[in-house]
Amino acid sequence: MLALLPPLIVLCPLAAATILLLSAGRMPPPAARVLAAGAVGLAAALTLWLAVLFLSAPPPTYRLDVVLWHWMRVGGFDARIAFTLDPLSLVMMLVVTGVGFLIHLYACGYMRGDPDVARFFACMTLFVAAMLVLVLSSDLLCLYIGWEGVGLCSYLLIGFWYAEAANGAAARKAFIVTRIGDAALLCGLLLLATRIGGLDIATLLQPGHLGGGPVAEAAAALLLGGALAKSAQVPFQVWLPDAMAGPTPVSALIHAATMVTAGVYLIARLHPLFLAAPTVMAATAVLGLVTLLLAAGSALAQTDIKRILAFSTISQLGYMFLALGTGAWGAAIFHLVTHAIFKALLFMAAGAVILRVHHQQDIFRMGGLGRAMPGVFAAFAAGAAALAGLPLVTAGFYSKEAILQQAWHAAPLLWAGALLGAFLTALYISRCLLIVFLGPVRTAPTGRTEASMAIPLAGLSVLALTGGLIEMPNAIAPVHLLFRLLAPVLGPPTAEDAEGGAGLLLAGALAPLAGIAVAWGLWRPRAGAIAPADDGLARGARAGWGFDAIYGLLLVRPFLALGWLNRRDLFDRVPDLLAAATRWGARLLGRMQDGRVRRYAGWIAAGTVAALCLAVRP
Amino acid sequence: MMTLYGLVLLPLLGAAVAWLTGRASPRAPWPVAVATLVLLAALLAYITWAVPAGGGPWLAHVSAPWIPALGITLRCDMDGLSLVLLWLTVVLSFPCVLLASRDIADTPGTFHALLLATIAGVDGVFIATDLFLFFFFWELMLVPLYVLITVWGHEDRTRAAFKFFLFTQGSGLLMLLSILGLVFVHQHQTGILTFDYFALATTHLSPVLAMGLMLGFFVAFAVKLPVVPLHVWLPDTHTQAPTAASVLLAGVLLKTGGYGLIRFVVLLFPDAAARFAPVALALGALGILYGAWLSLVQDDIKRLIAYSSVSHLGFVLLGVFSASPLGMTGAVVQMVAHGLSTGALFVIAGALQDRLHTRDMRRMGGLWPALPHLSSVGLVFAIASLGLPGLGNFVGEFLVLLATWRISPPIAILGAAGLVLSALYALTMVGRAFLGPPPGDGWPALPDFGVRHMAVLGAAMALLLVLGLYPQPVLDLSLPAPLPHSALPWGPRP
Amino acid sequence: MTATPAQALLLASMLFALGLLGVLVRRNLLFMLMSIEIMLNAAALAFVAAGMRWHAADGQVMFMMILALAAAEAAVGLAILLRLHAAGRPTLDADTGNRLKG
Repeated sequence: MLALLPPLIVLCPLAAATILLLSAGRMPPPAARVLAAGAVGLAAALTLWLAVLFLSAPPPTYRLDVVLWHWMRVGGFDARIAFTLDPLSLVMMLVVTGVGFLIHLYACGYMRGDPDVARFFACMTLFVAAMLVLVLSSDLLCLYIGWEGVGLCSYLLIGFWYAEAANGAAARKAFIVTRIGDAALLCGLLLLATRIGGLDIATLLQPGHLGGGPVAEAAAALLLGGALAKSAQVPFQVWLPDAMAGPTPVSALIHAATMVTAGVYLIARLHPLFLAAPTVMAATAVLGLVTLLLAAGSALAQTDIKRILAFSTISQLGYMFLALGTGAWGAAIFHLVTHAIFKALLFMAAGAVILRVHHQQDIFRMGGLGRAMPGVFAAFAAGAAALAGLPLVTAGFYSKEAILQQAWHAAPLLWAGALLGAFLTALYISRCLLIVFLGPVRTAPTGRTEASMAIPLAGLSVLALTGGLIEMPNAIAPVHLLFRLLAPVLGPPTAEDAEGGAGLLLAGALAPLAGIAVAWGLWRPRAGAIAPADDGLARGARAGWGFDAIYGLLLVRPFLALGWLNRRDLFDRVPDLLAAATRWGARLLGRMQDGRVRRYAGWIAAGTVAALCLAVRP
Repeated sequence: MMTLYGLVLLPLLGAAVAWLTGRASPRAPWPVAVATLVLLAALLAYITWAVPAGGGPWLAHVSAPWIPALGITLRCDMDGLSLVLLWLTVVLSFPCVLLASRDIADTPGTFHALLLATIAGVDGVFIATDLFLFFFFWELMLVPLYVLITVWGHEDRTRAAFKFFLFTQGSGLLMLLSILGLVFVHQHQTGILTFDYFALATTHLSPVLAMGLMLGFFVAFAVKLPVVPLHVWLPDTHTQAPTAASVLLAGVLLKTGGYGLIRFVVLLFPDAAARFAPVALALGALGILYGAWLSLVQDDIKRLIAYSSVSHLGFVLLGVFSASPLGMTGAVVQMVAHGLSTGALFVIAGALQDRLHTRDMRRMGGLWPALPHLSSVGLVFAIASLGLPGLGNFVGEFLVLLATWRISPPIAILGAAGLVLSALYALTMVGRAFLGPPPGDGWPALPDFGVRHMAVLGAAMALLLVLGLYPQPVLDLSLPAPLPHSALPWGPRP
Repeated sequence: MTATPAQALLLASMLFALGLLGVLVRRNLLFMLMSIEIMLNAAALAFVAAGMRWHAADGQVMFMMILALAAAEAAVGLAILLRLHAAGRPTLDADTGNRLKG
């Protein structure tokens, strides 16, 4: 039974996607909605059942391998389509199907007016299936199917409203930038497959199989490249803010809760490999820190509510990479889970706001919305509190605390940076909350938020506030449900995880409070117009610190310009040259044949004389 | 097994019938061609079914004297590689005939006769093991295609067809020289004048001579594949050819180059090929990147697809010269997948040209609402073309890159970079043709793909999916049969 | 006094050179035809001289044949000339006739 469930869970959304695709837009929208939400809901229910079965009677060594079929077996290389069920994949499945189901439910309301809803849900369910393949695969090449599959769905959904040229460009950018990382990942897979002869994760991670040294470093670096691009970390972060061109449920599902965390999952899944590569680990931590600070700074200067959340996502993913870089695998996964909950909540609340204010996304044109939509306000506030890490009462606090403590033990400098990040996080999300929901009304909202949208908001609000209780620092209460669950995969919680100084805890609790206080000072509701800061620093931050401009100037434009110059194909000129030479020679020789008899006679005479000379010469 | 001859004779017979009936009625040749293809498929299915189990790598053999005085026979042999490519030919002939050639109004009898003659030539190339016979078929597939392009092509057809003819014919003559050289060396050593592939494979050659003869073969196949400096005929020819010829050209004819490289370069001259491998690998990587790069900046949609072919077939060159079963099978899978995906893309480009009367993507855009079926099919095949895992192209590319990584990681990294570029041009094509706002004041009502197109292209899609997720049967088949007396470049068959 | 074959050949080559020079430098078609006749006769003379040297009749046989050839050539040449004239050509300049079409 246990072995049957994972493929079945993947099959649910996959079947829905197939039906929706084959119906080719002829399915009535209500049926499409029911089919999609039903399929993902069924997958979620089955996953829950699977979790109950798994936890009540765990298989030995806490892992269950389901080999479906041999994919390629040639020349000593063997790849399989195979799933592994273990605590890590179980947690990921719960996130993907659980949050995924709520977002599908929400999308039923959000996309009500759209004529192309079947295509939308086809891509969404296909995405869920691909994401499930990604987290379940026991073979890296099989994982790569899911890895690219989610990228494809992300492309299709960012460009869902294709009539707008900018959306297509954003979708393309997202796919291409992540594809660069995918190419690095593929190279990593090639390296590993050459060394090991296969890409089975369990074989790969057997101690002593790969060893340390330059090979491990190179492999880890290449895999890290893939993870960085997928998870929008420096230097690949440029695609995620633009990806907000997609419908809001897409941003919630793909660009907040699941796909972007695939990089985190990959590294956690392959953590023994990264442990053998300390340089790469250090790079991971540093890049994570840099990302979280840069993105938090950018989020502080944005005016578009979805872009604020996008930069916030990049920043929070930076926390996870920081955790991974310091070896805190459990903390990274913990933050992944809580982040999936509260960021999906924030996006959906933002989407509800956007729908009510006529697709206005500029926060400076909103204001005072708290009175008109108290439910959405409450949900957004719950999500914002969790994101800021309001002490004790939110999930974000506990997961961020776990990362901060680990960072302190790895290097105090990392901890200091992360603490600054926590302060900035509280600052920017409070800014957003204060400007959007309090103060004078600038755009009058209309309509009501549908029940199908309100229910997921309510559910996720509860989770965002209480979800952290499964894992607490010892200083508060010795609850370690998640880390214990994950221990068979990620190793037992280290001593530092358990220890946790009260001082550190206090510092971690004060930083968000300070951020909220400063935000209140700066953006508390007052009469009169408010405008975004517009000095050089703010402009730089708003533009994402100019990465786009630099890449455009250094990479994209020269590449395209050179291509444009060579559009007619240099090599094509070579035969043309040959043809020209032939034509020229022919013209030269043809001049002899001008029809003048006397010249012919002259040539004949000259030729005869020459022939005679040759014949007479001994 | 005499039925092997049927693979060549049946299309030729069909060609004759199509031509004759075409003189009576312009509606008659098309059903004749379809019937011929159905019979051909049935024949091939019979041959596949009749293969004795466990009978060794060579699956079928037939031989008959032709010109005994010169040692020329009608010898044909079929191994798994031939079988896979024969199936590809038959499968791709269907979209050619079902989708593209039905609407030919200008002397359809001759058109279908030439199409079937080309198919006969391709079939012959894949099974001939007498070098003279091989050369005969090599020319047989060239001439009808030349006529197809000159008569039924687009605006600049004469020039394109001429270029195609010059390149293929010129390089074919080099191959003929190599064949004759090999035959004469063999005669000098043994006193026997023969064109038999297996006999000639035993010839002892000095390294220099082997290299020279190998290069003669290599150039002929490199032009056909195409390998980058010799690819220049391809964009013009693909662009100007009528849709059916484009599909056949991209889907099947280019594969004869890959097949030739495997059968007549790597297997016949293993040592020379091994010495030449670094150059060939570099050319392969160059082809991948250069083709993708130029594909990106084209405005003509058929030109874009043509350059993408150049890029994809660079992988075939990498795989063939990686000297491992991994790379060789990867190259074959890549050929099959490329045939399906690019063939379909040419069908789509041709359909677009029929509807819009332009191939210029600057004058397209926003076609999705106007042509939802065509656009979604175009998107699917563009995605296949960019090598999405789960579709056939990825399997080929991955195996080739894996084999390449074993001998040269830098080349493999360049190949992987080509995958980024392939995403770039494929998505650019989709974006420019199908997405975005329509030009001017929207599209007038355009006829979308009907059931016939959707069924044929859907079948191609399904085949790509099967090839991507369960390629094992093709992988098992596609390793070329070794020559009885000389080892494969990678040692004994695994 | 009889000429030696060597002298006859010398005369023949002189005649031939004169004829060739005439063909090359004269632009008048009529004169070119005459120069060709001279060249033919030079060749014929060479045959006669050779026949004398070897005491064979072949040389004189060849002379007869060349005579016939020259007559035919003159007939054709003059016919072309007349035809050109009949076509309304005002000149006999050979260099203006380098197009076959009128």
